[in-house]
Amino acid sequence: MIRTDPSGSWREWPRRDRILLGLCWAAGLTLIAIAALIVLYMLVKGVQFLRPELLWSRPESSIDQSQSGGFLDPILGTLLIVVGALVIAAPLGIATAVWLTEYGKPTWLARMVESGIEVIAGTPSIVLALFGLTFFAQSGLGFLSTTGEGGAVFGRSLLICCTVLSLEALPLIVGATREGLLSTPRHVREASYALGKTRAATIHRVLLPVARPNIATGCALGMGRVAGDTAVVLLLGGGTLQLAQNGSIPGLNYLQGTGSTLTTYVYANSPSGEGGAPEKAYAAAFLLLALVLILNWAVDRIARGNERLGWIR
Amino acid sequence: MSWWSDRRVGPALGSAGVLVLLIIAGMTVYVLREAWPSFSANGLAWFGAGGDANVQLEEIFRSAAPYEYALRAWPLLYGTILSSGGAVVLGLVLSTLTAVFIVEFAPPSVVRVLEPVVRLLAGVPSVIYGLIGVLVLVPFLNNHVISTERKESVFYVIQLTGQSLLVATLLLTIMIVPIMIAIAVDALRSVPASWTEGALALGANRMRVMWTIALRAARPALVAGAVLALARALGEAIMLAMVSGGVIFSPNLLDGSTFLFEPIQPLAAAIVQGAEGITVEPYGQTLFAFAAVIMVSSVGLSITGWAVRRRLRRFTA
Repeated sequence: MIRTDPSGSWREWPRRDRILLGLCWAAGLTLIAIAALIVLYMLVKGVQFLRPELLWSRPESSIDQSQSGGFLDPILGTLLIVVGALVIAAPLGIATAVWLTEYGKPTWLARMVESGIEVIAGTPSIVLALFGLTFFAQSGLGFLSTTGEGGAVFGRSLLICCTVLSLEALPLIVGATREGLLSTPRHVREASYALGKTRAATIHRVLLPVARPNIATGCALGMGRVAGDTAVVLLLGGGTLQLAQNGSIPGLNYLQGTGSTLTTYVYANSPSGEGGAPEKAYAAAFLLLALVLILNWAVDRIARGNERLGWIR
Repeated sequence: MSWWSDRRVGPALGSAGVLVLLIIAGMTVYVLREAWPSFSANGLAWFGAGGDANVQLEEIFRSAAPYEYALRAWPLLYGTILSSGGAVVLGLVLSTLTAVFIVEFAPPSVVRVLEPVVRLLAGVPSVIYGLIGVLVLVPFLNNHVISTERKESVFYVIQLTGQSLLVATLLLTIMIVPIMIAIAVDALRSVPASWTEGALALGANRMRVMWTIALRAARPALVAGAVLALARALGEAIMLAMVSGGVIFSPNLLDGSTFLFEPIQPLAAAIVQGAEGITVEPYGQTLFAFAAVIMVSSVGLSITGWAVRRRLRRFTA
């Protein structure tokens, strides 16, 4: 950032530079306007169409979709999937990040894992969804999903959605955790070693607590990504709007069954899906956007709290 | 020896990394294996043009054993190239201007608004962009922008409904612009202050300094941003499926400006559109072939982008 401008005010610039300055302002203000329009539009539509009973009634089939059924099940489905994906992705992501920064031997393997994370980050969710579909439709993995008569494995259930979506959250968690570990100064580690701690104990007792805000940021980002994903749930969720139980173990049977999330509910009720109930699509989309905004805000808060811990880094 | 000993913890953590590699290997093998029949039945002609892809997909869907795989997927590839290429070109302009604005010209109060805005645009789920597209932009285009004469002019070839290349490209641009801005801002901020100050001391104004010194130094980062954004755009499925209509069509440049209002069907959108038939064997394998093309190209692009950024970091740090 240039603080003072020896060349004087922009009024004295040549015309092409004044035009460029105008374009820069236009670009920035356009983005602000687009975001404001999206949020305001969804807010207006949300307030207009969101009736409280939508929140606690289940989706129903009826002739006039605009009058009946709410989205209790999609809300629960979103929560289940976000939590489930995080439970899988967080340990895996943190372990990978810690190994990459603190061990990283042999080097060729670390290099491969590093680019592997990048590959997963670059893989579109639709490809992950198709991979999940073939992988979990193997007969040996039938206990995870819905099965048809005669032992046909469909490879579709909320649990499978969680597993595949955890891959989407993984690169975000690894990236954030690594950033936290890398920005921890060496003297923090050396102080711990000087006290006779092993490397593992240093990670467990010193480094992970220090990197906690970064890990939280990564998890929040990952949750946002998982909550916003449509393609995976559309293909692997089984396409039922209600949560269907499958299996006999209470609690687990929801995960083994099929269901929907807010995203697939919006898709199904938009003109692109089969149900033509744009009012409910708007209402659900409003909830979804609110969820994303809250997660965004959480990331901001954590990041700012992070700076207050400046003494340690 | 306690459980928390280095000799155990190192390999235990490393196995998580190896698991990541195994997942990638599994993904490649499973997707390519499913896709293989479609590629091997068509050969290189798979990527070519010829016939009506709508009819071909219909035949594939209906065929009983022995399965029919004949497909010329060029219209789908063309749709993908048009929408993501257009979005990246528009995005490059928009993101460069915005990044210069954020780094150099915006007052601090505007930056405080603009940075969360960029993060918000990156976080909005694609289904919401699609919903806005299909319920707001498409009807608007259909009712107010596309004139009746324009609709009649291509009436015999394609019906214009507002589900068009234009809407797809614009929404895609908004979706990929945040990542390009983030990378460009990062690069512009890491340009050494001595360079820009030197140019200022020689009498260049602030805009010239940004344009001739900072942006030129950050050019590899702009390329990396464009490449990563292209990888995103190729794989975007839901939004494109919502705004692109159900027909496979190649917009014709000879139609003049009507070109922009003609529908497209990118590869990823075609997978979503056909998702219900994915258990039908030959049709499902064709969809996997689409996925394989997307996978190979977007993985290649994101590794390229990553390598460029990595190299950059080595030079600036």
